[in-house]
Amino acid sequence: MAKNLVLSLKDIFVQFDGEVILNGIDLDIKDEEFVTLLGPSGCGKTTTLRIIGGFLDPERGDVYFEDKRINDLPPNKRNVNTVFQKYALFPHLNVFENVAFGLRLKKLSKAEIEKQVKRMLAIVDLKGYEKRPVSKLSGGQQQRVAIARALVCGPKVLLLDEPLGALDLKLRKDMQIELKQLQQQLKTTFIYVTHDQEEALTMSDRVVVMNNGKIEQIGTPIDIYNEPANAFVADFIGEANILNGVMLEDCLVRFLGRKFKCVDKGFKPNQPVDIVVRPEDVEVLSPDDENAQLQGVVTDAVFKGVHYEMSIDCDGFWILIHSTACQPVGARIGMRIVPDNIHIMNKLFPTADNIFIAKVVSCSPEENSIQIEIEGKNVEVKNQSYPEGVLLKITLPPQGVYIAGDGNGDLEAYIESVIYKGEHNEIILETDESKWIMDSDQDEQVATYVPICFNFEKATFEVIKEEGAVGNNEI
Amino acid sequence: MKSKSPAYPYLLWMLIFTIIPLIMVVYYAFTDSNGNFTLQSFADSLYYTDVFVRSLWISLLSTVICLAIAYPLSYIMARAKKHSQNLVVMLLMLPMWMNFILRIYAWVLLLQNDGLVDMAVKFLGFDVALMGNMGAVVLGMVYNFLPFMVLPIYTVMLKIDNSLIEAAHDLGANKFRVFSKVVFPLSVPGIISGITMVFVPTASTFLVAQYLGGTGDKMIGDVIENIFQRDKGVGSALSLALMVFILVFIVIMNKFGDEEAAVA
Repeated sequence: MAKNLVLSLKDIFVQFDGEVILNGIDLDIKDEEFVTLLGPSGCGKTTTLRIIGGFLDPERGDVYFEDKRINDLPPNKRNVNTVFQKYALFPHLNVFENVAFGLRLKKLSKAEIEKQVKRMLAIVDLKGYEKRPVSKLSGGQQQRVAIARALVCGPKVLLLDEPLGALDLKLRKDMQIELKQLQQQLKTTFIYVTHDQEEALTMSDRVVVMNNGKIEQIGTPIDIYNEPANAFVADFIGEANILNGVMLEDCLVRFLGRKFKCVDKGFKPNQPVDIVVRPEDVEVLSPDDENAQLQGVVTDAVFKGVHYEMSIDCDGFWILIHSTACQPVGARIGMRIVPDNIHIMNKLFPTADNIFIAKVVSCSPEENSIQIEIEGKNVEVKNQSYPEGVLLKITLPPQGVYIAGDGNGDLEAYIESVIYKGEHNEIILETDESKWIMDSDQDEQVATYVPICFNFEKATFEVIKEEGAVGNNEI
Repeated sequence: MKSKSPAYPYLLWMLIFTIIPLIMVVYYAFTDSNGNFTLQSFADSLYYTDVFVRSLWISLLSTVICLAIAYPLSYIMARAKKHSQNLVVMLLMLPMWMNFILRIYAWVLLLQNDGLVDMAVKFLGFDVALMGNMGAVVLGMVYNFLPFMVLPIYTVMLKIDNSLIEAAHDLGANKFRVFSKVVFPLSVPGIISGITMVFVPTASTFLVAQYLGGTGDKMIGDVIENIFQRDKGVGSALSLALMVFILVFIVIMNKFGDEEAAVA
């Protein structure tokens, strides 16, 4: 049976108070599919769900339901129901009346309502709870009522907004399996929002990885895990060693100071790339094994149940390994990564350094410094001398950007991603007008705002245009 | 168990200024001037049945009008931006900072012959007495007790989670159904306490009718105040009757509220 398209989002754009929440979301959802929107908090996944539910009007873009545009259809006219994050059960109604709410609005007969509610309560395992007030139910039971209440209306698509977020781990795992079974049994399309990657991998037919208002990758859980589209996805889904590398030629890459055979092609010679190696894909060998490509010292080993998680110091880079055989801390080991397990992807940031153009707004030779304008703010650059009005092309390495510890930064920046690169974090920041890359030894929280400063000691300057004569009074 | 000792000063206060006066009222109501048991005071009180009924009627009318104004106002306020909410609450509370009698007197100045409102009405070509009638009394009541209706309803409305409204929408309810099936039932406790807080004091209030009403608009509170000067027995009997009536009213209201919460 060919699965038809049931829901389509086309180029959705949303902003609140000038902050872009969703930017060009395109998403097709097929009939009877279990799709998960996965991403860190603030990535726009809940906003996407609210647009489908009809609670939010996108500023731009179209929502199609079975080939009909439904942008202007209110929630009560959409064949879509929602399981809300905090359940949103009606506190003045008992379990039966909560579940019957939608059916009563449809003006079904009393007997029919009774029959359907009973059937649905049996499906979610709440037989005999009809007369209970919802406040007397446990979190898991409330969750089931919320699911029953939405499903009893027979929606084509069920939206679930982090429905298991408030449950404890054991219950959450049980509910994951139950939800998946329920979905297969009822043949309803589920669109599920979560920030829990394991949940997404367990339940979904397809996973939509979102970050910063954009879709990073859409694919089956296996695709997403094995072939992440970029370092962000690799970092977010499961554990990963993410390293900087250089593609030497097709099927040959260099990282950790060594050449490795790989299977990827089509990159430019000497193109900087991100390397992703899953911890379970690093083979542990004895240090003198002739197949060992890398040598390292075990610095930490933790038992995780199925495997040991070991941190390896590999000439100053940290490599994470999952292995069923434990190596003692302090042991020297050899490591091998087969070409198939080296995943190569384009860098998130297009260039290795920050390259931008700034205008010199003032020059004070006595202090041997100049003031340049970056996004409307004046920033001092020491030990440089350029006349006023000159436009400079500045190349600032990632080490030249740092987060102001005292809170007084030159610019306010939004942390778009933080990825550990084996010896430091690579952080991508977004300011009003541009993006910045910085290296940091500290962990930072994504989707937060931080003040950033610049250190121009390692920057290179190039005059691209002289504006007006030297010594001109105009600024 | 928490220590009860901090409550003792208040209990003492209650004893002296609530319990003892209450016992005295009961005593006076059932005795004659010589201290013998009699129901004569109650028999004499029947003379004031008309005033009694009219008082309750005025209270009821004032309560209904308060509710009619306060409910939509609270509904809109609870959904407004935070700072406009604060502004409206402020405007509602501001007159309360003034003395009750001053507020009533202000209305007298506005409504009396050649008062500001009176002149405005005359200018528009109507010549009606704005004061000295039941309308003026009800106006004064509504003005004075509106905040007591708005605040409990507004508080309850604020507590209604927006996700409940969205959930109702989601399950197929149009705007009217969202209101009738979710917002209204959840706001009933606020309505009940609002009604109690307006009806009870308006039923027993005095001075408002004296200032704003005509000679025929006396309320039972005024009568009791007046009669106590002359006849403690009848005054006590009337007070007791009013108290019992209000008590019954509160019990009925609360029962209604509980049922609403349990059944609906």
